[in-house]
Amino acid sequence: MARIEAEVGKPQGGLMKWIDDRFPFTETMKAHITEYYAAKSFNWWYVFGVLAMVVLVIQLVTGIFLTMNYKPSATEAFASVEYIMRDVEWGWLIRYMHSTGASFFFIVVYLHMFRAMLYGSYKKPRELIWIIGMLIFFVLMAEGFAGYLLPWGQMSYWGAQVIISLFGAIPGIGDALVEFIRGDYSISDITLNRFFALHVIVLPLSLIGLIFVHIVALHHVGSNNPDGIEIKEHKGPDGIPLDGVPFHPHHTTKDLVGIIVFLMLFTGVVFFAPEMGGMFLEHANFEPANMTATPEHIAPVWYYTPYYAILRAVPSKLWGFILFAIAVVLPLFLPWLDRARVRSIRYRGWMYKTALTIFVISFVALGYLGLQAATDANVMAARFFSVLYFMFFLLMPYYTAIDKTKPVPDRVKYHE
Amino acid sequence: MTIAIAALFVAVQGSAAGGGAELESADIDPGNISSLQRGARNFMNYCSGCHSAQYVRFNTIGKYLELSDEQLVDNLMFNAEKTYETIQASMPAKDAARWYGTAPPDMSLMARAKGADYIYNFLKGFYLDADSPTGVDNTVLAGTSMPHVLWELQGYQNALYSEHVETHDDGSTTITYEFAGFEHATTGLLDAEEYDDFVRDTVNFLAYISEPIRSERRKLGVWVLMYLIVFWVIAVMLKKQIWKDVK
Amino acid sequence: MSEDDVDRIDRNRRHFLTVATVVTGAVGAGFAAIPFLSSLQPSARAQALGAPVEVPIGSLEPGEMIRVLWRGRLVFILRRDEGMLAHLRESLDNLRDPDSEVAEQQPDYAANETRSVKPEYLVVEGSCTHLGCAPLEDFEVRPSENWGGGFFCPCHGSKFDLAGRVFKGVPAPTNLRVPPYRFVRDDLILIGQDTGAA
Repeated sequence: MARIEAEVGKPQGGLMKWIDDRFPFTETMKAHITEYYAAKSFNWWYVFGVLAMVVLVIQLVTGIFLTMNYKPSATEAFASVEYIMRDVEWGWLIRYMHSTGASFFFIVVYLHMFRAMLYGSYKKPRELIWIIGMLIFFVLMAEGFAGYLLPWGQMSYWGAQVIISLFGAIPGIGDALVEFIRGDYSISDITLNRFFALHVIVLPLSLIGLIFVHIVALHHVGSNNPDGIEIKEHKGPDGIPLDGVPFHPHHTTKDLVGIIVFLMLFTGVVFFAPEMGGMFLEHANFEPANMTATPEHIAPVWYYTPYYAILRAVPSKLWGFILFAIAVVLPLFLPWLDRARVRSIRYRGWMYKTALTIFVISFVALGYLGLQAATDANVMAARFFSVLYFMFFLLMPYYTAIDKTKPVPDRVKYHE
Repeated sequence: MTIAIAALFVAVQGSAAGGGAELESADIDPGNISSLQRGARNFMNYCSGCHSAQYVRFNTIGKYLELSDEQLVDNLMFNAEKTYETIQASMPAKDAARWYGTAPPDMSLMARAKGADYIYNFLKGFYLDADSPTGVDNTVLAGTSMPHVLWELQGYQNALYSEHVETHDDGSTTITYEFAGFEHATTGLLDAEEYDDFVRDTVNFLAYISEPIRSERRKLGVWVLMYLIVFWVIAVMLKKQIWKDVK
Repeated sequence: MSEDDVDRIDRNRRHFLTVATVVTGAVGAGFAAIPFLSSLQPSARAQALGAPVEVPIGSLEPGEMIRVLWRGRLVFILRRDEGMLAHLRESLDNLRDPDSEVAEQQPDYAANETRSVKPEYLVVEGSCTHLGCAPLEDFEVRPSENWGGGFFCPCHGSKFDLAGRVFKGVPAPTNLRVPPYRFVRDDLILIGQDTGAA
């Protein structure tokens, strides 16, 4: 009787066993979802990682459907975007989701990176997670840049012209490199086609691969938390961290709330303000690319402008390029620049808090200045904030070493 | 002391210029279907001779503007036969480029590229200029190749400038001229207010064709937000329930 | 209430909320899928390009055939002469579907003896119902072969008569398709639409 029950009563058990004998399904579910423990004290700074994944999915899905109707040729690209906007059923929605998603990707990623700066999530043993994350950021910047050329509007063309010319500043190989990137003597149909291949295939695949290893590295070490405490150091008799809760169902349900709030903001933009005053969809890009007429006011899209402001602040083409590149790469070294012995800002001294505040102000100010015309006053201001930006990093080994920190508690601070 | 007089003619366009100077608001009402119908009529009659709207189909306009196929064919379609066709200019582009120096730009997206206010001020900004090949210039786009096609309706106007003389410490003076408004030279078929309305309707139509889906997307957005609010409430309740016993 | 009761209520509430969340999410996902799937439908441009085609037939002689494209597909318009019309009744026994009973292959007004609106004019899609090749004209009458004229498909040898009806013993399963069409005037056919207005 019992044996028949065991066989007849568990057909699912049989199926799961068949799969588990051949594939680590259940053990993966446990290790990474139902028995992966993360701190119970996560605050809303911790939602941006999962939001980044949501935006990635949005971009991939909308991107696929755009690719079904977009034509990557200089003569047809602009018209194909209008075709999507007007003739393809719901094409307008797919297009707006993709353009809004691009901007939201950077908002989310910047906030995600900022969380790491608040709570020391890049410090040992999480340096590799941070390095991979920075690589994701670089690939994302390239992905956005390649994507922006595709509509073949005035801003697409001239923005690409300006940024690709930058590489000409590199001594010796500069000009050859620029021609190599363009594939032609000027930005042309050839450039457009290869940027299409980069944007649709190369960079998304790289992004997906990097994100995968980013999460593998994270799960190997375990997530950080707002107090910067290693929850694995205090486990209960069952081996479960006392301050931990299983990712599912605790963090999945909490993240769902965050995702829905995000979707509300996303919806607000997509349906009510897709242009965002010209920040997300720039006005000049509603004119087809014209190789004989540069728009009055070229600026990169808002998410590149902090770095663009730094570039323009330097009066030399070569050094502007070098400092621009350094500005982008510098955060990569945070795990080694930061000498504090505590992770979280909650237990750091006034020096780091002041420095971080100045950094945020400078980054936002540079972002604003990068959007404006390069008047004398604006360039002076950009120089001022660029210095502050670099000083945040370059002086960090000094001020984090001498900063007076507070004692870090054993257990996380959690309020219901 | 030598008084060097440097006369600088700087036409600072006060109220209607490119380069960021103030533009009068077009004050269009995208929901006003009658205005859009008039604007469509204006565009087809006065603009489509030279300017195409190559991404816009007649049947799309017909549906939104509540016009039947017959009304479209009788009133708006001069060269096109089928309502699914797009708005093409009557003048061949190559000829237009040759005669005017530059091809008249397509109007499908002009309102998104430059803004409704820009176009509104542009159409109101033509003034007599004897040196220009078309006999006019424009306060919004100096040196434009476009003639004042609406002269019959508006009449012609002159641009007035006020003179400012600035004396510097070294004794030299600079004379600048600031735009100080228009003055009528000839009257047109419409008075000033009627002309403004005419231009407003036209610009309203241009704004509509630059994004025909606009009103539908806003309506849909309300539904999506309502759904998300409901979903949010349920998700918050679930989250609280799951986290209830976490201390 | 005992602790067990509280637990039970909690579990039930949790279960209910989980179901509510999943259902709400699934409904949302379903609605969200609609725009993407709909975008795969023919666009306004495809519909414009696929619009009905007007074909003037005023100069078409008896026995003559013209070919036109409608929605990218080949359409034959054949003006059958007296002899051709007579031959239509001859090989009925050799046809797979002499009475045009397979409804999808022609509109109602073409489910007749001549498979057409007017007996004289055959309007039929030039696409073999086997695998889509374009059949060739074969109007020469060859009594020895029992051939009264019709169409022959070079790909796999399917044969159709002068009303596009398929013969037995060939790979093609059904008669040639008759598209929707109507006579705007006696000398003007509109292919792709069979009801009133433009």
